Amino acid sequence: MRVEADRDRCISAGRCMATAPRIFDQDDDGIVVVVVPETGPDDEAQVREAGFLCPAQAIRITAVRSEPGD
Amino acid sequence: MTIAPPYPQKRTCPYQPPTGYAAIAESGPVLKVTLFDGREAWMVTGYQESRDILTHPNLSSQRTHPAFPIVAPRFRSPVARSLAMIAMDPPEHDIYRRYLNPHFSLKMVRTMRGDIERIVAGFVDEIIEHGPPADLIPMLAMPLPSLVICQHLGVPYHDHEFFQDASGKVMLGDESESATAADSLVTYLDNLVTEQLSRPTDGLLGRLVTERVAEGDIGHDELVSIALVLLIAAHETTASSLALGIITLLEHPEQLAKLHADMSRLPRAVEELLRFIGTTDLVATRVAKGDIEIAGTLIRAGEPVLVSGVLANRDEANHQRPDEFDILREDTHHLTFGFGIHQCLGQNLARLELEVALHQLLTRIPTLKLAVPVDQLPILGAGTVQRVLELPVEW
Repeated sequence: MRVEADRDRCISAGRCMATAPRIFDQDDDGIVVVVVPETGPDDEAQVREAGFLCPAQAIRITAVRSEPGD
Repeated sequence: MTIAPPYPQKRTCPYQPPTGYAAIAESGPVLKVTLFDGREAWMVTGYQESRDILTHPNLSSQRTHPAFPIVAPRFRSPVARSLAMIAMDPPEHDIYRRYLNPHFSLKMVRTMRGDIERIVAGFVDEIIEHGPPADLIPMLAMPLPSLVICQHLGVPYHDHEFFQDASGKVMLGDESESATAADSLVTYLDNLVTEQLSRPTDGLLGRLVTERVAEGDIGHDELVSIALVLLIAAHETTASSLALGIITLLEHPEQLAKLHADMSRLPRAVEELLRFIGTTDLVATRVAKGDIEIAGTLIRAGEPVLVSGVLANRDEANHQRPDEFDILREDTHHLTFGFGIHQCLGQNLARLELEVALHQLLTRIPTLKLAVPVDQLPILGAGTVQRVLELPVEW
């Protein structure tokens, strides 16, 4: 999975960082930073929950196509 | 043709929606209600529908719009119609919000835990020293958010007592006492901003002077307006949530026992309390600035809109056993802090204050119980923050 965050939309609510602390952080301005942009199935539930809770709907999750040989 | 039910209605139990809201929920997720002034407004009661409308670009917070819904007489005042951020739309709203975000981000708020723990410890010391029965409204629920926001704004220590006293009177005084206290706070904040402009200190106001006033982004009056909104928004909501939270836990001993058995359950319990008590009743008063289609209903440009947090939080389509208070539930999703770009700026501070206060209260006074039956607690407020005027407890 690829995780992206739109820093222009972010309102610093911190729901992502509270829900999936391994994946999301905030910078000194309180704006979202995606620490781990490529995540595996172990993080999927938390990342999707973070995306659902984001009040500014600033988180985008896309499937990464399997590479040949995976 | 059905008649639009009256809104708001009064609660009979402090932590339950008014009994008349069951009929409103049945006519949801989108219906018309009748306000106190005889006007009608759209009301959204569904969880998903509330999320949808709160992120719709045609939903406006412009309180000066002639059709903007007024749910109680006190919201007619010019001050209530011109609140910084709360009564603004983008792009103006977003500019102010960006100034404040660094000071209320989760990362920032986490650095405040130690201070809040010390403040709460002081109040709990006083409660224990006072002995039972003790009224938790003046001894904890009311002064805690006031003192926290006081310190965060950078109110000098020698003014804390005035600040606490005045903000307490705004909340608990009768109408004229409350209005006088509000005036004295505005005058105080005005003077404080003037002082900060000449000698900025390390608090939020001083930082905004250094970061924003010096840069020419905002002036004296804007800073006073921001300070006032932060105070109003922080105080009554947090105080009431804490009071209602304590009552709810004490009235559900089997849930309280689960919490005592494992205090690491507290953050989730706080989310469930926020969902269950729906402190503010409404989470949004808005007006449509263009047509909005929601759940097959067309809301036309210029029509007033209300979003019911307390009903969205108990939507059967979204929550299992919605009327059951269950601190272990997984689906604690709630709209108590709103949704969309206006979602509560202070939500993480409120969560932290609730968590620290409940933790210390329950661990230091484990046999805490209400000193009077719950139906004798004086409550106030309809369609707005649900206030508890007295909360006598014993142990």
